Amino acid sequence: MTTRDEITAGLAEILEEVAGVSPDDVAESKSFTDDLDVDSLSMVEVVVAAEEKFGVKIPDDEVQNLKTVGDAVSYIEKASA
Amino acid sequence: MTRGSKIIAMGHYQPARVLTNDEIAQMVDTNDEWIRDRVGIVTRRIADTESVADMAAAAAGKALANSGLSAAEIDLVTVATCSSVDRCPNVATRVAAKLGIASPAAYDLNTACSGYEYAGAAVVTGVADDEEPGIGPVMWGSAPDKSDVITIEGWRPYIQQSGQTVFRWATFALPALAERACAAAGITPRDLAAFVPHQANLRIIEPLARKLGVVDAVVAKDIVESGNTSAASVPLALSKLVERREIPSGAPVLLFGFGGGLTYAGQVVRCP
Repeated sequence: MTTRDEITAGLAEILEEVAGVSPDDVAESKSFTDDLDVDSLSMVEVVVAAEEKFGVKIPDDEVQNLKTVGDAVSYIEKASA
Repeated sequence: MTRGSKIIAMGHYQPARVLTNDEIAQMVDTNDEWIRDRVGIVTRRIADTESVADMAAAAAGKALANSGLSAAEIDLVTVATCSSVDRCPNVATRVAAKLGIASPAAYDLNTACSGYEYAGAAVVTGVADDEEPGIGPVMWGSAPDKSDVITIEGWRPYIQQSGQTVFRWATFALPALAERACAAAGITPRDLAAFVPHQANLRIIEPLARKLGVVDAVVAKDIVESGNTSAASVPLALSKLVERREIPSGAPVLLFGFGGGLTYAGQVVRCP
């Protein structure tokens, strides 16, 4: 079972690789667009990398609902449960 | 003796009027920085009065002049387009009429942005044993389950797309397909002198080239000055590279189209 902190850390690694976001800036409360400057195209790359890393499916329709890091963590936590 | 197909000359044409990002920003809610950052376009050309047939004939006329052939020697005119307004006659017969080509086979081909590569596949004929194919075997296909993600429907000639779905497909499904197009020609991406993908978005082109693993190859980025010109984008970019002598004659070039349908096709050609 992956904990929320582990998922957040995994997302931080992906965000650094895909969008050059400093891992120190990544927290559940942060908005991808407003706080981390991740645009919609980079978000697609983050989602695909997250699918591979956590072994989950994140459909395109779902991506728009993932506004914050916490939203993504919750989705991945639920999908991998 | 069977003669293999090959590209012997290119020609291109673009309308004179340049439309900048700042001008677009006066029409819709966007700005220069946003457009450059998301798609990489700086300028594009706009046809105010010219039809698809006018532009196709202008480009074909240049290709004909560059080839050294006469109109009487042309057997086939094919036009790859999804943006012609008229349904009859087709663009190909209008182009033939404008160029004085008397009795060619003439048809249009619509696979949206991959049209040029589909057209190339359609003209490939047998190759003599001792002859290097000028247009290599095609790798083609489609993803019909995504036929609704890029559309130009009804009487309103506007394109609509589900951007994120298209981007996901383009950046994650296409590299393996482009590699297959190289394999069909018996080469690896490292062997390419140039890679000319459909000019959809700089943020698709650059990762695609990187994931494909092209090394030291010229990668076409005409999108910066021309925008996305759909089926015209690959031949337009290739023609400019040929005109500027950026690719040695005879060198292997991967042409790779993808777009509405979703359709895709690619083949390795020898640079004219």
